[in-house]
Amino acid sequence: MRRTCLNMVYELAQRDDRVVFIGSDLSPGLLSDMQTQFPDRYFMEGIAEAHTIGMAAGLAMDGYIPYVNTIATFITRRCYEQVAVDLCMHDLPVRLIANGGGYVYAPLGPTHQATEDIAIMRALPNMAVVCPADADEMTRFMNASLDWPHPIYIRMAKGGDPIVTAGQTGFEIGKGVLLRDAAGSDSVLLVSTGVTTTRCLAAAEALAARGLAVRVLHLPTVKPLDQDMLTDLAAEAQLLVTVEEHSLIGGLGSAVSDCLIDRLEGRLPKIRKLGIPDIFAKAYGGQDDLMHDVGIQAPHIVEMVEQTLGLN
Amino acid sequence: MTADPIALARSLPAAPLDARSRYLRRLTVDALIGGERGHIGSTMSLIEILRVLYDSVLNYRADEPDWAERDRCVLSKGHGCLALYALLADKGFFDPAALTDFCRHHSFLGGHPERGKIPGVEASTGALGHGLSLGVGMALAQRMRGRSARVFVVMGDGEINEGSVWEAAMNAAKHRLDNLVAIVDYNKIQSAGATAVIQDLEPLGDKWRAFGFETQEVDGHDITALEQVFSAAPSADGKPTAVICHTVKGKGIPFAEHDPSWHHKSKLPVDVHADLYAALEDN
Repeated sequence: MRRTCLNMVYELAQRDDRVVFIGSDLSPGLLSDMQTQFPDRYFMEGIAEAHTIGMAAGLAMDGYIPYVNTIATFITRRCYEQVAVDLCMHDLPVRLIANGGGYVYAPLGPTHQATEDIAIMRALPNMAVVCPADADEMTRFMNASLDWPHPIYIRMAKGGDPIVTAGQTGFEIGKGVLLRDAAGSDSVLLVSTGVTTTRCLAAAEALAARGLAVRVLHLPTVKPLDQDMLTDLAAEAQLLVTVEEHSLIGGLGSAVSDCLIDRLEGRLPKIRKLGIPDIFAKAYGGQDDLMHDVGIQAPHIVEMVEQTLGLN
Repeated sequence: MTADPIALARSLPAAPLDARSRYLRRLTVDALIGGERGHIGSTMSLIEILRVLYDSVLNYRADEPDWAERDRCVLSKGHGCLALYALLADKGFFDPAALTDFCRHHSFLGGHPERGKIPGVEASTGALGHGLSLGVGMALAQRMRGRSARVFVVMGDGEINEGSVWEAAMNAAKHRLDNLVAIVDYNKIQSAGATAVIQDLEPLGDKWRAFGFETQEVDGHDITALEQVFSAAPSADGKPTAVICHTVKGKGIPFAEHDPSWHHKSKLPVDVHADLYAALEDN
């Protein structure tokens, strides 16, 4: 997904001379073709996230569209005020490409694990938050990103993630994707963003085998949220489960329940939220290990549905 | 024995104010009184810096604030906005009558400047340490577009405590941005007291030189000297310029000069209004 995303920056740069790439001390040789072809629009800067965001804002004020890339925790925590003031207050079309959303950097410890990034980014006015599920969706999103006139936070997965959005066409920022449909009334609705969508689809298969009607709603843009689609599907569900590789504070589950409390008062389905509890990871290993520890793998989703519906 | 830093600041020579400088200060006092608040000390130290920029250095069109070829001026010390508002009003970016609505509910003139709300304001500032990075991006953009426009960023002395300023300074030198001018309003007093005590900046000129800037020091109230230094920029091929302006906090208001308690006033006593105007009367 990361390679796809960066290759798309190069492709967009070939298509549109407003596109600029800014990295913060990334791998040697990264996007070397773009550097060779467009030396004026390729910047590899030092370890100075606060400055880099301001510099990107200065370029965007003059009509450029900077795609800024570094590790997710650094591009959110380190320079939050620059993101808030320089990008969001000015409402500039700068794109933050955040490597390692969630537990991607499991072996490197909590300094590198972006587990509250969705919450703090979506709290900022004008900021869009996008979490593609796979490389195919990343390609479609990147095409759509070019002319979005506001800042965007792009949450990257590990890479090599299974392709689960094949067959989809186009990408509209603010639109959800119903990746698995079923009979509407009394359905179970699994709502996800990013790579937990893969886990939801696997869980849905297992639950369908038990005779349940399970829908999977993938929300690649947590903000703006597709409130209409979410509300319509939730209105037909007996149980809605949100699944995210993110803190339970302020992420997808919060966005979904905030929306539904407003829109479905008195008609709410049962709602359960799976995500990361209010802790820093205590172990290392791989992304899947930590996702297992906090209970956001497919078997946990199945268990939550069965438990809530009294099926086990 | 360590010298009293504020006494030392008092002992530095500073040019007297002429009629235009007193007039611009009276505009800021109109706004201060209208809003019943404002950063008085930080505004008064800054007037001549902005006056010289807008009177005789910057290329701009007041009736076309977004003119692409304009020189950019970013007031990074956004709390000094009254000085900027006075100049922008005086130059016709907006009606000077708006000044007395400063900080009022329906005013477009807030306690820190906002891009998009106020004609002529290049960047929303107020959170310190942002302007030089914005300036680096703007200066790169001018070069990429083949324009000769320059970018001036005005910072406070307390502001440059922020690490991001020095990230930006390193980066400006890396990119050889000779179209970028960093200006420091060095009035020697930050909110909590003397900069020499709170966070000493010295040797300040050496710091900017070490970061790769062609560095000048000047009396920040001396119109002729400021004109000379600002107009000379870019002064060195391939190097950004830094201008350290030695100024007086509260300049022109004798009872506020060098006094940290006049950094900001949120309730301006009515009995002070006449004293402020009296201090700025033409002789």
